[in-house]
Amino acid sequence: MEHFATLVALTLAAGTPLVFAALGELVVEKSGVLNLGVEGMMLTGAVVSFIVAANTGHPWIGVLAGMAAAAALSIAFAVLALSLMANQVATGLALSLFGVGLSAFIGLPYVSIVIEGIKPLDIAGLSDLPMVGKMLFAHSPFVYLSLLLFAGVHYFLQRTRAGLIVRAVGESPSSAHAIGYPVVRIRYLAVMFGGACAGLGGAYMAVAYTPLWTEGMTAGRGWIALALVVFATWKPWRVVAGAYLFGGVTLAQFQAQALGATLPSQVLSMLPYIATIVVLALISRDATAIRLNAPASLGKPYHPES
Amino acid sequence: MRIKLEARPEPSRLMGWMSPVIAALATLVVGFALFSGLGKNPFEAFQVFFVKPVETLYGFGELLLKATPLTLCAVGLAAGYRANVWNIGAEGQLTLGAICGGGVALAFPESSSAWILPSMIVAGALGGMAWAAIPAWLRTRFNANEILVSLMLVYVAGLLLSLLVHGAWRDPEGFNFPQSKMFADVALLANLLPQTRLHVGFLIALAVVAAGWIFMSKSLMGFQMRVAGLAPAAANYAGISASRTVWAGMLIGGATAGLAGVCEVAGPIGQLLPSVSPGYGFAAIIVAFVGRLHPLGILLASLLMSLLYLGGESAQMALALPSAVTGLFQGTLLFFLLAADVLINYRVKIVRAAPVPVIRPAPG
Repeated sequence: MEHFATLVALTLAAGTPLVFAALGELVVEKSGVLNLGVEGMMLTGAVVSFIVAANTGHPWIGVLAGMAAAAALSIAFAVLALSLMANQVATGLALSLFGVGLSAFIGLPYVSIVIEGIKPLDIAGLSDLPMVGKMLFAHSPFVYLSLLLFAGVHYFLQRTRAGLIVRAVGESPSSAHAIGYPVVRIRYLAVMFGGACAGLGGAYMAVAYTPLWTEGMTAGRGWIALALVVFATWKPWRVVAGAYLFGGVTLAQFQAQALGATLPSQVLSMLPYIATIVVLALISRDATAIRLNAPASLGKPYHPES
Repeated sequence: MRIKLEARPEPSRLMGWMSPVIAALATLVVGFALFSGLGKNPFEAFQVFFVKPVETLYGFGELLLKATPLTLCAVGLAAGYRANVWNIGAEGQLTLGAICGGGVALAFPESSSAWILPSMIVAGALGGMAWAAIPAWLRTRFNANEILVSLMLVYVAGLLLSLLVHGAWRDPEGFNFPQSKMFADVALLANLLPQTRLHVGFLIALAVVAAGWIFMSKSLMGFQMRVAGLAPAAANYAGISASRTVWAGMLIGGATAGLAGVCEVAGPIGQLLPSVSPGYGFAAIIVAFVGRLHPLGILLASLLMSLLYLGGESAQMALALPSAVTGLFQGTLLFFLLAADVLINYRVKIVRAAPVPVIRPAPG
């Protein structure tokens, strides 16, 4: 049973970067914008948080810096895609390519540096409880933060007026504009929120999960997060469930090795990517469900004066 | 006073071709600022980055050598992008081309048959097509987003190559390095220019440029794909099959990327290594856009991109700058290009704040 508790803890830890990035992208897409730059923003968040953490000695300041950097990068996307009405797919790709290049460039002096990362909680008494302690009270603070973010996003979209406006902007920007909402400004805010969340996901990987910086360390998690939003048919709770499912799949290689499996490590490393493809195909097969749940104006540029 | 975008009555052809030039100049300005900020003399840095690599005949050969895979990948991608088929997995299709082409070479290590090389090239193109067929099938059969699927397959392809060179295809006399045997001489592309590494693959790339131009501008299929990209509803009404467009866009991209892969392993590399490309498949996305999705433009853009790769290496040696600066410039270039592309459909107008009569609704 102790093994099971460890497995739960590892799964949560592995799924958390996806929870952050995918919840952020969910809000972006709810506002009708498709930002394919998640991978680039995650890497930027990771590298900036690591650099700041290494230089200041305060990992939490690093996390804030990483979030700010990724949000700043997302503004570049917003200017191009929202103000200048560039193709959102191409702009998002540009953001990812740029983020990969930028992070590799500025992170180079920090490869193989070790920092004191943010440790999992250790609450006297609680964390040491048998079974329950390990499952509930001994995770990284980021795990709790990601669950808070989930609750916040869910509440915001379903229960608040502002969330309703974001959804309206994503469904029909012209109607939202007609009744007086600043569509472009709302989309800017959504994109920046998505950027900050992606940065948070990257920062978690760099200063807590590993904690170190290596080039391209997110290894496609930004893209998996994009796929997760589709799997989840734009529902926050399904995003979180999907993220943990994929967290579990990424752990499969360590688990299989522990169980004495003889499959080569590369085959096991392929699993998350193959699983993404398979699940994406299975969910997308129901074209009606996708069409009904996807924000109606997803990816379409909107210019209030045209 | 504020700046306003005003829609042009029709897209400007001039701006279409000027926009890459504007983007390249803007990237240079950023480079200038970056080099200055890093405490390097920017003029010296530019000389190291853009002139030094091509001062010699060898350097010129390297320029064309690196432009070869970029051109090949980008022409195929452009055919798809014109039809709104977003294949971003050329890197993976390139890897499969290298695996399949290399597999043929490794299967006949002792052969001296002249058929080896043509078989490798065909196998490479088929390998790339097979890899691209997965997103095409999942898109047409299951409605799955081809962007995400093709990208996921990049990671799978990289792991597959790693699996082979660490395992079944590892050179038994290679001191346990993860690499295959060197290919036999008949399995290598002939040299094109003495004292350089330039090989026949460059001619293949030129042939693909010509074929791509004929296909896109002169063939019915190419026309149908363009219509499908510009006006999907009209294409549907005209009876152009959407799934046929997806299949064609994906398979063409896969075939050329596969060719690029086999040309790399049968050209400068000469064996299979854990990594056979420094991101050519991704850089080709930028090349396709900078080249305006036009084969000739792509040829020019791939020379520019190739120079960025060489400049990065040169800067690493001469200025102790990390070669990752190349990736930074690539991303910057695409950003500026997308921004400058706004000028194709809009003109910038500076509006002076004139007193606007305010019409208020009558009270009550």
